Parts: sequence; structure tokens; C-alpha cells
Amino acid sequence: MGTTQSGIHGGRLSPSDYERNFSDLHPRLDDHEALVAADRCYFCHDAPCMTACPTTIDIPMFIRQISTGNPIGSAKTIFDQNILGGMCARVCPTETLCEEACVRNTAEHRPVEIGRLQRYATDVAIAGNHQFYARAERTGKAVAVVGAGPAGLACAHRLAVMGHDVVILEAREKSGGLNEYGIATYKAVDDFAQREVDYVLSVGGIEVKHGVKLGRDFTLADLTANFDAVFLGMGLAGVNGLGVEGEHLPGVVDAVDFIARLRQAKDKAEVPVGRRVVVIGGGMTAIDAAVQAKLLGAEEVTICYRRGKEHMNASPFEQDLAASKGVMIRHWLQPKRVIARDGHVAGIEVEYTELVDGRLAGTGETGVLAADQIFKAIGQTFEASGLGALSITGGRIAVDAEGRTSVPGIWAGGDCVKAGEDLTVTSVAQGRDAAESIHRALAAAVQPAAAVA
Amino acid sequence: MADLRNDFVGIKSPNPFWLASAPPTDKAYNVERAFKAGWGGVVWKTLGEEGPPVVNVNGPRYGAIWGADRRLLGLNNIELITDRDLYVNLREMKQVKMNWPDRALVASIMVPCEEESWKAILPLVEETGADGIELNFGCPHGMSERGMGAAVGQVPEYIEMVVRWCKQYTRMPVITKLTPNITDIRKPARAAKAGGTDAVSLINTINSIVSVDLDNFAPNPTVGGKGTHGGYCGPAVKPIALNMVAEIARDPETYGLPISGIGGITTWRDAAEFMALGAGNVQVCTAAMTYGFKIVQEMITGLSNWMDAKGHRTLDDIVARAVPNVTDWQYLNLNYIAKARIDQDACIKCGRCHIACEDTSHQAITQFVDGVRHFEVMEDECVGCNLCVNVCPVENCITMVGLEAGTLDQRTGKPVDPTYANWTTHPNNPMARQAAE
Repeated sequence: MGTTQSGIHGGRLSPSDYERNFSDLHPRLDDHEALVAADRCYFCHDAPCMTACPTTIDIPMFIRQISTGNPIGSAKTIFDQNILGGMCARVCPTETLCEEACVRNTAEHRPVEIGRLQRYATDVAIAGNHQFYARAERTGKAVAVVGAGPAGLACAHRLAVMGHDVVILEAREKSGGLNEYGIATYKAVDDFAQREVDYVLSVGGIEVKHGVKLGRDFTLADLTANFDAVFLGMGLAGVNGLGVEGEHLPGVVDAVDFIARLRQAKDKAEVPVGRRVVVIGGGMTAIDAAVQAKLLGAEEVTICYRRGKEHMNASPFEQDLAASKGVMIRHWLQPKRVIARDGHVAGIEVEYTELVDGRLAGTGETGVLAADQIFKAIGQTFEASGLGALSITGGRIAVDAEGRTSVPGIWAGGDCVKAGEDLTVTSVAQGRDAAESIHRALAAAVQPAAAVA
Repeated sequence: MADLRNDFVGIKSPNPFWLASAPPTDKAYNVERAFKAGWGGVVWKTLGEEGPPVVNVNGPRYGAIWGADRRLLGLNNIELITDRDLYVNLREMKQVKMNWPDRALVASIMVPCEEESWKAILPLVEETGADGIELNFGCPHGMSERGMGAAVGQVPEYIEMVVRWCKQYTRMPVITKLTPNITDIRKPARAAKAGGTDAVSLINTINSIVSVDLDNFAPNPTVGGKGTHGGYCGPAVKPIALNMVAEIARDPETYGLPISGIGGITTWRDAAEFMALGAGNVQVCTAAMTYGFKIVQEMITGLSNWMDAKGHRTLDDIVARAVPNVTDWQYLNLNYIAKARIDQDACIKCGRCHIACEDTSHQAITQFVDGVRHFEVMEDECVGCNLCVNVCPVENCITMVGLEAGTLDQRTGKPVDPTYANWTTHPNNPMARQAAE
């Protein structure tokens, strides 16, 4: 088949090319590499990396534990703050979080490899199935968690450890949320998302029901009636449209669906990709789609972003990754019209843009990019259905600092709330903190009886 | 170009860097390689008396401790003196000396503490053309159990006696190698001098257990489930060696006695420090065993460039230059006041100075200033202890600045006294001598 066959096809590459292209982006450090990397940590006091981490992992401590040959202790330090520390080590934009804050940058412009060290320690613990948490005595309280993504899993785990019984209600066939469906394949190889879910659930006390969706299969009222507390941890189900002519032609695809399909494909050759691919957008999703299109054998992949490089949501690291894989990133271009030939996508007309008085405007100058396939990656939206009286702000569920919604007994976290960045690690922090808040609320409810006794 | 030629008790070498008596100098093959690499001299690995040679263990002989990036900081060994036949060694020494007439070749010797033993071996060594002998009174393991090595070095009377025999039975210069495994290094040095030694060399290795194998609960290196104490050397022992060299250099009874400095010398700077404290030359082992013989080229060029930069022409310009500045604590100037200063441009904000000072010292470094993470010395709390300087990971970021006389010491609220005053006259000292009325 090859890379130059026009149209959208699978099997463009040899099996060994697929194997190589979708192998681990950053393989785990071996023991020696981990020791060398760990030696560079200064064990800062009140470390800036720790402050920069949304889950506030004690990074100097976990690295010191690696350097003293104690990776198991290191993993526990990580999991105490972030039970999904394994996936976060793979997908966190560390270059804009912990590693950006590393004091080594000041003197050497090269931070300690915190992300890779975190992966080392968590991999050792998960591979050995080291369990660090025993459930507290059962409280008799039951909590419903909607969504088995990072927020829901983190919340459920913390609640289970504290002795509550948890039921997770997940709309899709597998748990993990974006970890399972939304992460580029080469960042989470060897079915890591499912292995991590299994590891998290092995604490016990958590039942997961798949294929049940809020608003379709059950209502919020069902949950509040049957559980002592509810945590909403849904993701963003909606995808923004381009709003241009030809958007619904065959060959125009949501980037998130492409990424999910690729993740679920046992054989990557089964995933068809165009010869010439244009990705519209400037975030992580655009990069993940573009890079993987290239890795599937597309001859030409172009990202079109309507603003400048400095405005892209994708980190510089991700942009460099895309460039290194041969993806062309073009700025100041917005889609104008999808061009069809024989009922299929043949190209896209784009218009140059500029900032006029701080507002984006088309310059009137247009051009055409040939394309067999177009990926839409211009943002996802929260579909607020079945939420009844819950307050919504900015299109997402409104919560306070502890994750409490406007309705007593209902908490929320993750991408469905408007707080913090839409990152896995942020979702974990919100799920965990909501669990603590739920626990305090449930404990307060039983306190009078205890006080009398 | 600085002149690095060395004349140590009449033994000449093109530079002051000798290899110490140890595995690197056990045979001609190694010594030839060392001389090709540029070493100024060697002290051949210790010869024993004629007859069946000693045997070594056939398991591990070394243990170590490491710093960051597994950089070797301290090495310990349980190897004994040469386990090769005496005559093989003598033959090779003679050949090597013939091949390298401009290099120093000194024979280390350890035989039983009997006059006949020394009398027997000395002519054999002299016949090789060796430039001198070094008496191994230092080896702390194995041989000491047999009444040799440190067993001699720990008894000043024995040292004096053996040195006297050696001076009697050979014309070669005698260097007496001292063990650090004693309480006062001046005593063996004085004894060696009394016996007529031409020089002392120090330190030999330090009694040590380098680590414990926690799987088998046995000291490392573990030989068949058991371990024993070994001799410790390498960068970690340098401070101990420097002090002992200085003690001998400034002792009125041994003042001027030539010293060959040994103990953790790894760089030209280490060598210069030993020489500044009174060593006429230096001997190196662990650094060569860690990195190979090539390091001598760094030592030669480093020492030479530093001497050029400072205007020192010959080694005599630097040897013992720091000795007058080594004194007893009681004579340190208590009116000298220094404060730490943090270079904010160099600071990487790791916070280690703060936490070290806050947790373990004088609470004199800020963590926040106006709500911003900022590390700055509070001069009204700083006692000038230098801990922050030593824990800071960035060189020259924190420095100690001496206060000019007359400036206000914010900690005491008093101006800095320009006069020199030490503990001997301090009012808090019950032994302070009162000035005559």
C-alpha cells in the first residue's frame, strides 16, 4: 500500500514499522539510569517542583528513595498523593509543571527527569503488585461515582481506603476515561491504562458498572436516593464543530474518535489514514492526532492553527515531538471550506488570520491544502444533560474549592468542572480532594451518635 | 613555566607525583606503564623477606563508598604486601630503574621486627639501584597480626629501633611510613626522627569496615561469609591525612623533617594542599586505581598552571607555606567576625541553606521575603558558621565576608574590634592569664 496511495486506507506500513512507530515513546529508565537521574536531585526544601505539581507529590522524597535503592517506598510516596501516578508519569506535561519548576533549570537549563523517575518507581511497584493501602473498617456508607476516568478513579480509591463502599457508573465499555481512550498510543503501551485501573481497584470496595450513562440509564435523583453521597467525574463528550461548508463530508473526522479508535485497535494496520492529512487545532489532541496519522503512514500531515505558535495549548515539547515526526505545523490559518471531489474530501480552503486590536480576523487571503482526511481538534465541550438543578458555570459544573456542587450531597471533579487545567493530574487532584470532602461530610453526619456514647 | 622538578631527601624526580606502594606498583608491567604516563616516581609494592611469599585472599579484596553518580569516595582493601617472590621483584626493580634512570624508584619493605631480617634484605634492595627505601610501618590488616606493619608503627620504640638498623645497614635514604591508627601522630614521627630517618611518609590506610552486606550480615568485602577490617583510603581520608601532615610539620620536635604526603590525593589541587602543609612531595594510589595512570597529566598541568598563575617558580616556593598558619584553636582571633552573603544572581532557590540553618543551626536565613520565596542571610542572627556555604550546591553562591573593623555586628550590636584577642585572654576562660598589675 505505502504512504503515497491517495485516499483513506489502512495497512500503509509493514508490521515492523507499525510495531516501531507505536512502541513506548520514553521507555522506562533502567535501574542504573534511574540512579544517575536521581543523583541530580538536590532534595530542595519546600521544593518548587512539589508546589508545581497539581497533586503535590513529595518529589524530593520519592527521588531520594529511588537513589537509596528504595523504589517501593518511592512509589508509596507518589501514590499517597496520586494513585494514578503511573499514568501521570507518562502523560503529564512535566515540562510545564514539575520539571519547569526544577531549580536545576536555573543553573543548567536541564531539569531532573522527574516524570521518568516517577514512572520508574510506579512501574516497579505495579509490576510487583505491591499494595500499600488496606481499607479502613467499613463505615457502612455508600458513594456513587459517575465516570471511571482519572477523577472518578482517584475519588473512588480514596473513599474505599477510608472504608466507604463505592459504585462507579461508567458509560463506556472500559474504565480509564481519557487514559484509555484519549491518550496517544505510544504514551501508554502494553495496555497500561487497564493494568493501572486493575491496580487501583484491587484495594477492594469498589464496584464498576460499565455501559450505564447518566441521563440515559439512570438519573441523578436515582443516585441521591440510593447513596449517601455522589461524585460526578464525567469527561467532555461533545466536540466543537468547524462551522464551515463541507464539514460533514466523509473524511472529516473528530480527532478524539480517531485517537480512541487507534488506542482500541489490536492491529494498527486496521486503522485507515489519509495520504494527505490536515488537522485543525492547536492543542494536545491536535498533536496526538497529527503525530499518529504520520506514524500510521500518512505521507503528509499538516496542523493548521488559527493563531501563533505562542498561543498553542500544546506544549513546546509536544510541538517539537510533532516536528520530529515530520508533521508540519502552520500558524495563522483558519478553515474556510472543505472541498469535495466525488463526494469525498479533496482539500480544505484556509484563510490567513491576524490579530486586529487584539481580535482574530481573516485577512481575506486564502489558499487550498490538498487533503484526503481532515481531523477536527478545536476543543471539546461538556454535555450537561441529566444534571437537574446543578449550577453550571462556563458550560461546566460549578464547584467550590472542595469539589462541592450547588446541591448538597453531590460533588464533582475532573473535566466536567470548571477549575484548573484539563489535565489528568488535575482531575486526579480534584477526585482525591472531593473524596476527602465527602469523607468529612459523612463523618460529620455520624458524629452526634459517637459523641453521645 | 613552573619548574616541577623534585628533590626529596636527595631522590630526584621530574615531578613531585609518585605512586604509593600498592597494587599499581606491584610489578614491572604496571610501573613501566606508569612511567610512560608521566609519573615522577614509584614506591614499589612492599617486599617481604626471602622465602615463600605471602598469600592473598582469592575473593574480593576491596570495598568502597560512593558519592553521587557512583563517584568513588573511599576505598578499603584487605590485600597484603607483594605475593610475588622477592627475587622476581628485585630483578624487575633493577631493570625498571635502568630503563628509567630519571624517575624515582623507592622500595617499600616489611620484614619481621628482628635486626637480622632487616640486615639481610637491605643489601639485596641496594643492589637493584633503588633510590631509597620506605619502611612499611602502616599496613593495618593481616601483616599487623604477624607483628609487622602497623604493629610496629603503633609502638614508637620499635619504630626508632628499626629505623636505626636501617640507617646502620644501608646508605640509601630511609623514609618511614606512618600509620594513622594511633592517637597522636607526632609520637611515631618523633621516634622515626630519633632513629635517624631521612623522612616520614603518611598516611597509610585507616582501619575500617567499609560497609555491611545486609543480605548475609557480614562486613564487605565478604570472603566466604566473613569479613575483616581493611585499610581505608581515597578522597574521604584526605582531611585526616592533611591534619596529620600538618601536625608533624608544625611540631617543634620534628619541624623541618621531610614529609612525603599521602592520603586521598586525586587532583593537582589536593597535591598542592599537601605540599602547602609541609609535604615535600606526594604519593598517589586510589586515584590511579580509580581512573588509571593518565590522571598524572592533569596533576602536572594543573599544578604547573596554578604555580604560573600565582608566580611560584619552584616547588620550594610552595612547600610548607601554609604551616605557619596552622595554629591551635585557642589562638584564633575571637574578634574576627564574618557573615554569610548569598549571591542572589547565582542562587537557584533550592532552599537547602535555609533548612540547614533553620533546622540545625542559627535560624539566620529567610525562606520568604514579602511572601516571595527568597533566601537571604539575616545578619542579626548569623554567627558566621559557614554551614550554608557547605550545603549550597552552587559553587561561590554563598560566601563568607569578613566584617571590617569598626563596622557594626548586627548580632551583638557592637562594632567589630580591630584588635586581635583569643581565648587565652578571654574573660570567660577560667584559665585566662591576668596581665600583671
